[in-house]
Parts: sequence; structure tokens; C-alpha cells
Amino acid sequence: MRSNKRQAGKVQKRRRGRWLNRLLSLHGVLGYIFLYAPIVILVIFSFNASRFVSDWRGFTLQWYTRLFGNQAIGAALRNSLIVAGASTLISTVFGTMVALAMERYRFRGKMAFDALLYLPIIIPDISMAVMLLLFFVLAHWNLGLITIIISHVAFNISFVAVVVRARLAYFDISLEEAAQDLYANEWQTFRRVTLPLIMPGILGGALLAFTLSIDDFVITFFTAGPGSTTLPLRIYSMVKLGVTPEINALSSMMLLASMGLVFLSLMLQKGGKGGMDIV
Amino acid sequence: MTHIRSRREALRLLFLISPSLFWLIVFFFVPLLLVFAISFGERGTYGGVRWVLNLENYRRFFDPLYLRIFGRTLYIAAATTIICLLVGYPLAYFIATRPPRWRNAFLLLLMIPFWTNFLVRTYAWLLILRDKGLINTFWTGSLHMGLLQLSRLLPLPIWEPLLRATANPLTLFGTDGAIIIGLVYGWLPDMVLPCYAAIERFDFSLVEAAQDLYANRRQSFLRVILPMTMSGVVAGSVLVFIPSLGAYVTPDLLGGAKSIMIGNVIYSQFMAARDYPFGSAVSFVLMAVMLAGTLIYFRTGRE
Amino acid sequence: MNKHMKAIAIGLVTGWLAVSSVACAPAGPAGPTLAKELHVYNWSEYIDPQIYADFEKEFSVHVVEDTFASNEELLAKLQAGATGYDVIVPSDYMVKIMIEQGLLAKLNHENVPNIKNIDPKFADPPYDPGLVHCVPYQWGTTGIGYNTEAFEEPPDSWAYLFDPEVASLYAGKFTMLNDSREGIGAALKYLGYSLNSTDEAQLMEARDLLIRQKPWVYAYDSEQYEDLLSADEIVMGHGWSGDFFMAAVEDERIWYAIPREGATIWADNLCIPKTAPNKYTAEVFINYLLRPEVGAKISNFTWYASPNAAATEFIDPEILEDPAIYPPAEVMERLEWIEDVGEATPLYERIWTEIKAAGP
Repeated sequence: MRSNKRQAGKVQKRRRGRWLNRLLSLHGVLGYIFLYAPIVILVIFSFNASRFVSDWRGFTLQWYTRLFGNQAIGAALRNSLIVAGASTLISTVFGTMVALAMERYRFRGKMAFDALLYLPIIIPDISMAVMLLLFFVLAHWNLGLITIIISHVAFNISFVAVVVRARLAYFDISLEEAAQDLYANEWQTFRRVTLPLIMPGILGGALLAFTLSIDDFVITFFTAGPGSTTLPLRIYSMVKLGVTPEINALSSMMLLASMGLVFLSLMLQKGGKGGMDIV
Repeated sequence: MTHIRSRREALRLLFLISPSLFWLIVFFFVPLLLVFAISFGERGTYGGVRWVLNLENYRRFFDPLYLRIFGRTLYIAAATTIICLLVGYPLAYFIATRPPRWRNAFLLLLMIPFWTNFLVRTYAWLLILRDKGLINTFWTGSLHMGLLQLSRLLPLPIWEPLLRATANPLTLFGTDGAIIIGLVYGWLPDMVLPCYAAIERFDFSLVEAAQDLYANRRQSFLRVILPMTMSGVVAGSVLVFIPSLGAYVTPDLLGGAKSIMIGNVIYSQFMAARDYPFGSAVSFVLMAVMLAGTLIYFRTGRE
Repeated sequence: MNKHMKAIAIGLVTGWLAVSSVACAPAGPAGPTLAKELHVYNWSEYIDPQIYADFEKEFSVHVVEDTFASNEELLAKLQAGATGYDVIVPSDYMVKIMIEQGLLAKLNHENVPNIKNIDPKFADPPYDPGLVHCVPYQWGTTGIGYNTEAFEEPPDSWAYLFDPEVASLYAGKFTMLNDSREGIGAALKYLGYSLNSTDEAQLMEARDLLIRQKPWVYAYDSEQYEDLLSADEIVMGHGWSGDFFMAAVEDERIWYAIPREGATIWADNLCIPKTAPNKYTAEVFINYLLRPEVGAKISNFTWYASPNAAATEFIDPEILEDPAIYPPAEVMERLEWIEDVGEATPLYERIWTEIKAAGP
């Protein structure tokens, strides 16, 4: 009898579990609809014949042809990719290292260093922008791509560190000890045990850093010099004269490109062994 | 966590932190000191900074006007964070419970919208929220017409208030609600990513174990899953709350600039007023509050 | 090679260089040489890109344009020090501030002979008398853009935005510029004061007026009012003249009126920062922009009025004959420049903050 009751309870639980799972999936679908609703609208209006974004006047491809003729935007896109690529790379490496240190060791001045590490996340954009501009100018550095990259790394290190630390928080240190017991040296332990385990956190941090970098306006604006206009800078000054569908066309192209890249990487993974976990 | 005992460990620690330490000190802390110094100065007639050491700028912040704005900002940022958590955590959970092969795809799908431009996305929201925007076109259009049809088919008194409600557009644009929607949208990935990182490495066999011990679902979530993924929740909340506090473009665009957040005050002091000393002082007050809050939060969140 | 021959050789080489530089730069005087690149820091879409290409062809100087979005951002960058830009395009009041802060180089008028083409009305502006530091580039006014279908006669008074009896009729149907000086300035004009007032009582009166007006305002907005007009979200927008003219090309219901109480006149100006690496080339470029045909090309592209009198004959008649773009003399008299209010700037900003923080 008792076991029967238990059995029935389990079935009920499982049923409820299925119901909860459906709810979770529904939430997932709704979540992605929320994320993509404005994106779909943005893409639709890139085909709008009117110069105004909000007023549908029929289908056209003219904004795309205009976009491809716009050299300034091409140059801005190139600058944006250089800045985002370089700053993501540097900040991911440094940020991961510092996250390891902060999660593993206790040392004097850690509290102060912790505070320093959070400050770039906490500081208002505009204050950071102004202070960096003053600094570079006082240091007689020529403003340009290099100064933008330096500034982006300065805030991205912290973001990467936060994400990686969230992953490291419950890291099972005995795994490393086991590896070392098996005579793996430190580097081997790191490469074979630690790195794969925290990889999801690292890639998550890198993704966040790239996203922040490619979309940053204020800090980039203040640390940019002649010839280093990035895409957000270009778009902000274009928007001053009203949003034209040309900007939407640009965003749609970027979307298409990133979707393509994602698709490609997923295909490649499928071809490979088992597929590497990105995050 | 280990205390530094051997020279070897000290060297390893040094190796791990020195690049970031160097970068943050040279390219962050030193410039920060510059602005800190400025916050004690005085605005020159045409902008610029007059170097007279005083605390006037800090006193000015404690004006009821700015305190009220600060209070409003806290409220909007808190609402944003809570909604982000309510939307983001289950979303992260959803992604983390997909088959491994799909997780990457879902995560990248999460990030892709944010590789378009922030302004362009915000303008797209405008098209949705405006009086003649997408939602209201549906509200006063299809929905209203549909109700009208229904009321003719089934003449019941319940249609009356519904018809009256859908006759006029909803005021969405220019409200706090619109600002919060915009902020939630903008910072959702910052919530999902850390939550996901924490949930993904969660060992779900623990839940089974808990359930075998007669824990119900709610209990196993509250007692096992949530505490084990708290680090992600904490990190995500900070990553959402803090930038929302400093927001200024979203209130201008989606709030129709009819209300003001502390970020707008800072921005306009640096820009329109050209009052660097006051702008710096407000930033420092804001940073002090946020830093204290963050450190306490992380500390309690970990325990 | 003896010393004598060396001197001759050097003489020949420099002579040849001088000749070739003249050949390359027919309009520029011999002497200083042109740089290979010129860095222009401009507003977006504020010049026909063809002009850069033509300049490049004629002078073999490659023009690199970067864009900024507000005067304040431009100032903040310049204030910090050397930025590498050769030509910048600040607005009137900002020119004054930059001069006061010693950020602008004095123009060598010998290198800019075409400055004679500037209309006498703009040859002596209050922000830079005698055009010592700058050359006006384009000018316009700030007023009310509107949907002609919503009005029987043009809303040519600030009363449409401020008089409770009138403005309340358009509740939720108009926007105000999101700019402290323009917003407070419009209120001051409606009250009959100068828009550069530093009188506290007048400013408080303007503040109260703006706070009373706030519930009727659809949004404070400086970027998309044309868009909102075209989408029928609003029927009036406080904004800059050229924006509405450009919008009218797309949607002929949109037009623009200058309020009869008076309004802002503004001009954007070509200036050279003190730290410019290529001052001479910058002057040659400014001189090029002042050519009559080039000046006309700029206006035909932007739909703003040109301060270049010699360009008039090449400008589209449609632009020239429009009283809203080229206002008649009696309207011109009521226009006022926004001037820097110095120590009163923080007060303006505080008032603007109070307005934004007011209400439910």
C-alpha cells in the first residue's frame, strides 16, 4: 500500500514536472519573442520607401543600395570590429586571470583590489569617458583606435572577471588536486582540468565584453581621434538628423552577418566531435 | 581559498593579477584621481575648472531636488533588476536544461540582438510603444473591432467597459513603464549570462536526490537549486542594477525626456552646463553608494 | 660637389617643389605646402560628399571626415587638448566659448580671400566680430514645425505652445526641444524677454511657465520630431528649421513657421582649432567652401540658408524664395542669437532639471 502511494506520488510529481517543463519552454519562447520583437520591426522598416522610419510607404531596396555606396559606414564598421576584437581578446585573458586569483587566494589588500575591480562597472559612463580623455591628453597620447581599445579593456576586464567568478564560485578544487596527484604539472592541470571546466564562464565573459565594446558610444566618443570613428559614433551623429531606414538597413546587415557566423560555427561544431560547449 | 604561504604561490598570484592591476591602475585609477580632484574645484565662467579647494559641489548634491531624482532613479533601477531577474532566471534555466548542442545556439540567439546598435533598438521600441505604435494599433484596431463584433453577437454588459478601454490608445510612451521596459530589454543578457553560467554547471542529480528525500519541487528549488546558483543571481543583479542607475539615453528616448534620472543629471552637468566639478561630485556620490552596496551585496550573497 | 653647386641644386629642387605645389594647388598661394590629409570634424550629413571628392581632385588633399552629435561633445573633446582635427564646425554660442577658452586659431584672412563672399549680415556676428576666428557655414532659425492639415493658419506664435487656452487644445500633440537653452529661450520669448536673460525673476517666470506647460508636452525631443509629425503622433514640433524643410520633401503636409514674438537665429561656423596640425591646408579648404558654386552646393544639399552672398545665384530658387528659409527683413530683425550666459549657465541647467523633475 505504502509503496503504491509513493508510486502514485511519483507519477503525479512527474506529471506536474511535465507541466512545469512546458511552462518553462513557454517562458523561453516568450523571452525570445521579447528579445526579437524590436529586431523584427527594425528589419521590416529597413525596406520602407519613406525616409521616416515610422511611416510605411511601400517596399524598397534603396536604403541597401545607399548603404553599400556609403564608404564612411564601411570604415566605421572596420574600426568597430578592430576595437571590439582587440579589447575582447585582451580583457578576456586578463579578466580570467584576475578572476582565478580572486577566487583562489586570500591576500593582503584584496578588499581594496576587489573594490578597484568593481569600480569600472559602477562608474557612470560619462565620468569614465571624461576622465580618460583628460588622462590621454595630459599624457600626450594621440587619440585614436589605440586609446579606444585601452579604454574598452579598462571597463571590460571587470565585466569578464565578474562573469568568470560566477562560474568559479563553486569550482571543485579537488578535481585539480586529483590531477596533481596523478603527476600532472601545474600547466597541464590548468589546461586539461581547470580551463575546460571554466570555459563556459570565459566564453560568456568574452561574449559580454564583445557586446559591450561593439555598442559603446560615450567612452568611445571621448577617446576617439581623427579617422577612428566607430559605428555607434557614426550612427549617433546620423540620428541627430532623424533616423533614416539606412540605419535600419545597416543593422539588418549586421544581424544577417552575425546570424550567418553563428550558423556556420554551429555547423562546424556538428561536424566536429561531439561539439564544444560555448558557454 | 588559500592563504599565500609559499613563494611559489606568491609568484603565481602576482602573475595572475599584475596585468589587470597594471591596466586598472594606469588607465582607470589614475584618471579617476584626476576627476576626484576636479570634484573639489569650481566651474570657470566659460566652463573649465577653477582650482579652489572646496566641498561646495558635494553640498549641492544634498539638495532636495537632486535627492528626489536620486530616489526615483533607485526605484526605476530596482524595478528593472527585479523584472530582469524574474524574466532572466527562468530563461537561463530554460537554456541550461536544453541538450548541450542547443545551448550554444540559444545563447548566441540571446546575444545577437545586442550586436545591432543600441539607439536603433531603442527606436524600434518607440515604434512599438508609441500612441500610434504597434501595440496601440492592435489595441484600438483589431482588438477593439473584435470586441465590437463580439458585443453584437452576444449583447452582454461585460463588453461595455472593455470597449471603452480599447477605444483610446494606452499611454505607454513617456511613462516610467516604458523606461523600465527599455532598461529590462537592454540589460537582460547581463542577467541571463551569469545565471546561466551558474545553472549550467549545477548538478541536477542533486535535485533527484532531494526529491528522493521527499522534497517537493518548490522545496528542492528553494533549498537546493536557488542557493547553489545564487552566485549567478548576485552577479546578474549587480550587472543590471548598476548600469540602470546610470542610464540616461533610455529615459530621454522612451520616457520622452519627461522624467529625469541621475544619469541625465551627470550627463547634463558635463555637457550642457559644462560644470565638470559638480558633474564629478555627483558621479562620486553615486559611485560611493553603488560600491558600498555592491560589496555588501556580494558579501551577503556568497554566504 | 662643391658648396656652390650644392646650393644651386638645393635651389633647383626647392624651386621645382614650389612650382609643383602651385601646379597641384592652383587656388592656393605659393608658400606653405598643403598637407596630404585633412581632418574635418563635422555634423553628420552636413555637406554634399561630392564636395570632398572635388576638393580632393583639385588639391590632392585627402579629406577624412569624422562626425559629432552636439556642440557640448565637441567642446569637451577640444577642451581636453590636442585632438588632431583641422577643421571643426561649432555653432555660434560655442564659437564664443571656444574663443574665450583660447581653443581657436585666428584665421589668416590672406589665405581665405573668398571671405569677401560672406553676406554683410553675417560678417560681424556678436560671437566673433570681424570673423577673426571663424567663417559662417550655414544658418537657420528655431521655431515651430507643424502639420499644415491640422491648422487653418500657420502657428506663428509661441502662444500655441505656452498660452494655456491654446496649448491645452493641443495637449499631447506637440514636442519641445530637449535643450535647456532653446526650451527656456522659447518661454522667455513668449514672455517678451530676451532669450539670453540672466535676470533671475524672468528666469523663474519662464520656469513656472514651462512647468505649467509640461503636462501638455508629448515629449522633449531633439531628434525625431519630423518623424513624429509625419506619423501623426504630433501636430507641432519645436525644432530647427532645416529639419522640417528636409522632412517636407518627403511629406508635403509638414511646414515651418517662425513665431512672431521672435525666435533663435543660429549659425554653424568653420573654425580651426589652435592645435590643428594642418592650419594652412585647413584655410585652403575653408576658402574652397566659400567659392560661390561650392557654397550653393552645400545649401542645395542641406536645405539650410547660406551666409555666402555670392552663392545666391547658384542656389535652387525653391530654397531662395522660401520665406521660412530666407526670412524677410522684418522677421530677421526679431531673431536673436543664443549667447553664452557665462555664470548663469548652471542656473539654466538647474531650471531645466527642475522642469524635468516636476509633475507626477
